[in-house]
Amino acid sequence: MAFEKNVFNKTSRTDSEIAFLGGMTIVCKSSTDLFLYVVGSSHENELMLVSVLTCLFESLNHVLRKNVEKRWLLENMDGAFLVLDEIVDGGVILESDPQQVIQKVNFRADDSSLTEQSVAQVLQSAKEQIKWSLLK
Amino acid sequence: HLEKSAVLQEARIFNETPINPRRCLHILTKILYLLNQGEHFGTTEATEAFFAMTRLFQSNDQTLRRMCYLTIKEMATISEDVIIVTSSLTKDMTGKEDVYRGPAIRALCRITDGTMLQAIERYMKQAIVDKVSGVSSSALVSSLHMMKISHDVVKRWVNEAQEAASSDNIMVQVLPLSHTGCFSVCLCFELCILHLFFLLSNDALCIFITSHESPLFDFIESCLRNKHEMVIYEAASAIIHLPNCTARELAPAVSVLQLFCSSPKPALRYAAVRTLNKVAMKHPSAVTACNLDLENLITDSNRSIATLAITTLLKTGSESSVDRLMKQISSFVSEISDEFKVVVVQAISALCQKYPRKHSVMMTFLSNMLRDDGGFEYKRAIVDCIISIVEENPEGKEAGLAHLCEFIEDCEHTVLATKILHLLGKEGPRTPVPSKYIRFIFNRVVLENEAVRAGYWKFLGYRDMPLLCPLDRCMMDTDDEVRDRATFYLNVLQQRQMALNATYIFNGLTVSVPGMEKALHQYTLEPSEKPFDMKSIPLAMAPVFEQKAEIMFVATKPEKFAPSRQDIFQEQLAAIPEFMDLGPLFKSSEPVQLTEAETEYFVRCVKHVFTNHIVFQFDCTNTLNDQLLEKVTVQMEPSESHEVLCCLPAPSLAYNQPGICYTLVRLPDDDSTAGTNPQEGGERSKNASQLELLTVGANLWFFSKMKYGLMLVCAVCRPVTSACPQRERQPLTLTFASVPLPSGLSTTRAFPLAPRAADVPG
Repeated sequence: MAFEKNVFNKTSRTDSEIAFLGGMTIVCKSSTDLFLYVVGSSHENELMLVSVLTCLFESLNHVLRKNVEKRWLLENMDGAFLVLDEIVDGGVILESDPQQVIQKVNFRADDSSLTEQSVAQVLQSAKEQIKWSLLK
Repeated sequence: HLEKSAVLQEARIFNETPINPRRCLHILTKILYLLNQGEHFGTTEATEAFFAMTRLFQSNDQTLRRMCYLTIKEMATISEDVIIVTSSLTKDMTGKEDVYRGPAIRALCRITDGTMLQAIERYMKQAIVDKVSGVSSSALVSSLHMMKISHDVVKRWVNEAQEAASSDNIMVQVLPLSHTGCFSVCLCFELCILHLFFLLSNDALCIFITSHESPLFDFIESCLRNKHEMVIYEAASAIIHLPNCTARELAPAVSVLQLFCSSPKPALRYAAVRTLNKVAMKHPSAVTACNLDLENLITDSNRSIATLAITTLLKTGSESSVDRLMKQISSFVSEISDEFKVVVVQAISALCQKYPRKHSVMMTFLSNMLRDDGGFEYKRAIVDCIISIVEENPEGKEAGLAHLCEFIEDCEHTVLATKILHLLGKEGPRTPVPSKYIRFIFNRVVLENEAVRAGYWKFLGYRDMPLLCPLDRCMMDTDDEVRDRATFYLNVLQQRQMALNATYIFNGLTVSVPGMEKALHQYTLEPSEKPFDMKSIPLAMAPVFEQKAEIMFVATKPEKFAPSRQDIFQEQLAAIPEFMDLGPLFKSSEPVQLTEAETEYFVRCVKHVFTNHIVFQFDCTNTLNDQLLEKVTVQMEPSESHEVLCCLPAPSLAYNQPGICYTLVRLPDDDSTAGTNPQEGGERSKNASQLELLTVGANLWFFSKMKYGLMLVCAVCRPVTSACPQRERQPLTLTFASVPLPSGLSTTRAFPLAPRAADVPG
């Protein structure tokens, strides 16, 4: 955990997408309140690491229905685990096409929790609907 | 937040029937989460949880099953008796549900050890050639992991892997190539091959790329124009890493990297600048064309990129650009963190040595940096840099010393202050006006702490009497060591004899300190009338001068280059009459171990490549002390195009005395044996190069054309026969692990012709 903390401290502030720490190349992507990292040895092709990161992000995006946030990730941790398992196995890249990953994981995020919306949000979307219908 | 004991308690519901998939899933997730957070699970509790989880196989919920696989993988090393799930996994692996098969294979391979591997071997072989790409790639990746456990067994799956590689599956894996077994998973053939180059030993690579006109090099160069950035980058990287690459060959790679420097993607810029940095170490002139792009990168928002750009520029900068470079760096340095700063300072240090005339510019810059805030490592790096200028550059001495004096006036790091004082003591007397520095030293002595005060004594190269005043003062110092040293030195100086000064003050201890410690200890143990004799201590070794190593931001592997070894071989081979007409020795490979550790013989193979021939040198050692082996040869079975001309046996191998036997092979003159039909090339040699496995792809068939072939083949193992008992004459066979051979040469066996049991040395 110490390593992870170190990486987080160094990269979260500067919003850098790629860094070199502790002899390893690290690529990073952030979304709302989540940071995704892929760590590889310094001999790895950095672009490969980036493609893995992108694949991870896209797959999670789909699994979590576009809400890549801490809350939904924790709710659907199992889906996240499965996605990770399909992308990398023991350090070897298994797949880097998000479509393939999604297909293999075949995971549906918990519908009920994701569609939970606050009253304000419901009102907002209702307002939108009315606006559009008036414009027609 | 999660409590491990609570979660494990919850896991008891796994035993209930009917199984509630949602709840069980939730709990499994929690367990996995804890494991990933580094939570420690004791063996008992892990085993209990594991067994409970096995009950979940009864459920048909897909997600639950998949999570079970994950749990199996995670717990494989911490739980006992994990192999009980083998049958369930094997069932899933060969079952109808495609979605289970891949993950089941991967889970199975995590729990399988060497002994069990043969049991599941046929399943694995089937899986590798399965039509479903997920199954095939899972099986291949698992084989990769299994290589580490049981090299021999996995090697037998090579044929299946070859078949798999010819499928349309876009996730192609490159299989064990060298005898160390390198794997790579790539997106396309080109990337495969290129990554392959990266993994190959220097050895094989040199033999491939005999000149920049070779088709292999053309292939790599063509990849520079590929549409995928990843392939382009990998190609550029491969070219850079080629040993003995000329500047002309580097040029296209460098220009591609130059383009990447202005890419909007940070990863690409980073990759480019990092690779350019590596190039700059060996061929700085090749990178100068990129200087402008690199200068733009100094202001990059990503600090790693900026620092790399700076350090590269520092390596490639010309003397005229030093001023400008320093200006750019000074604005940049304040924004980066300490560890980057240290890297920059080290690069500056290297630059100082390269352009000694620019010392004044750099000294100003360094002194400014010294005044700024910074940690110990940073300040030390700067001080070291200035010291090296002072020591090596007579023109920069005074300025350097002045800056350092200013620094110690307000320096919080004792170590640095002491170091600088030592330096003043050494260099001060050599300056035109040494007394300038006395003031600084005196202040230090009066104001600083004990360590600094004690370190002051080195300064006593001065013959000025005023110096002795502070000495007097120090005799009254509160610290013991200071007082002792003061008294000692005062006495010596008051003798006013140069010889004494020299022995006791100037020259350091010429004996080794641990030696002295030991000798003194001895002396105290044995009471003796004689005084202690310094001469009884062994002299210290000559001081090792620090190498001014190249500062590397990223560590690279050192190149193996031993020209003298090749000369030795050349001489040895030329001395043998059969090999005299072979022409110049092109290249000798590194020795390759052919036998496993416990076999009766130890055999190493060195390949010597000549223009039209290869000489295989087998260094054999007999490890059986009751056998004497005579007329030992290694028999090779080449394919049609390669011809074994002769074998020179090792006359006799006594126990533990190595002997050499040679085999001379002629290479085919006509390179068109490969043919244009890729399929033919692939089928011709089942046991031959694995790279031919990839000849089904476009444009790769030319590999077989290469004159020196590919030194990467897995030889098929033959089972070893039992060791010959004493007093019997029997031919013995050896088993080899995979042997790197040129393509076309298949298996290798050894036949000592007649072990003679009578003579048993030792």
